[in-house]
Amino acid sequence: MKRVIVLLTSLLLTTAASAIDTGRAFDDPQLQARYLKIISEVRCVQCQNQSIKDSNVPLASDLRREIRRLISEGKTDADIADFLVARYGEFVLYRPKMLALWIIPFLLLSIGGFALFRIVRHRMTLPMDDDATGDGQSQ
Amino acid sequence: MNRFILPLVAAVVLIPILVLGLRSDPTALPSPYIGKPAPEFELPTLKDPAKTIGTANLRGQMSIVNIWATWCVGCRAEHQFLVELSEEGSIPIYGINWRDNRQNALNWLAQLGDPYVASGFDADARVGIDWGAYGAPETFLVNADGIVLYRFTGPLSWPIWEQEFVPLIAAGAGR
Repeated sequence: MKRVIVLLTSLLLTTAASAIDTGRAFDDPQLQARYLKIISEVRCVQCQNQSIKDSNVPLASDLRREIRRLISEGKTDADIADFLVARYGEFVLYRPKMLALWIIPFLLLSIGGFALFRIVRHRMTLPMDDDATGDGQSQ
Repeated sequence: MNRFILPLVAAVVLIPILVLGLRSDPTALPSPYIGKPAPEFELPTLKDPAKTIGTANLRGQMSIVNIWATWCVGCRAEHQFLVELSEEGSIPIYGINWRDNRQNALNWLAQLGDPYVASGFDADARVGIDWGAYGAPETFLVNADGIVLYRFTGPLSWPIWEQEFVPLIAAGAGR
């Protein structure tokens, strides 16, 4: 019984992704770690919403091969990102480098926060025996 | 009255943006090459591996580059159109035969007709990736200076050709 539990539990730990690209790409564990990180952050443009690490379509395996080649040629992660963006656009990266995409949500949040702050501050100056509609029209 | 102005301005600005967002196709992928030089390539031709075809061939006249393969169902669907377009003779069609089998590709052209001035044989898909191809068929319109004007993904047909390509070709020729 115990063995069955151990077996079933260990099955839970397996992942589907291990079916793709059997064997290590690089002997050097550092390069292998870089390779795995890069391919998990590149969108498969043919099967969007999957990374090329998790996809087994031909285009994903071609892109993995190109990335292996670039890594073994000594290219940096930034070089590889540029290579992909030049061909497929910013959309191919799961972490887009376009700064605006990262800033705009926070910008909108701070505009909203500032507006809220102003409204609350304004209402705090209203007399307590206001008509309780809270629309500030009793001024 | 004043207090309605700001929300009104915000709504007028936001609604068109949101409508655009609703109407756009999130799976469509704009080519980063539009308005830029076509990616450099040189490939052995399908029919004669001793000859090559490449970016140099695209210079001097408006042309289309069609990425195709025999495993691609959409390519079979558009092939009749490409044959008709080549018979019309208004624009040269160059092919990039993408991650395919040479014999299959030659059989395909023998059976269905060969609309291409020449097809490059891209067995290891390197050139397809350089062009940013993510699914065949893909068709690029390249002007006489080697600048990519337009990319269409999916099988071509006369209505799409008339609607998307002809105006760009007319504008390009009128310069």
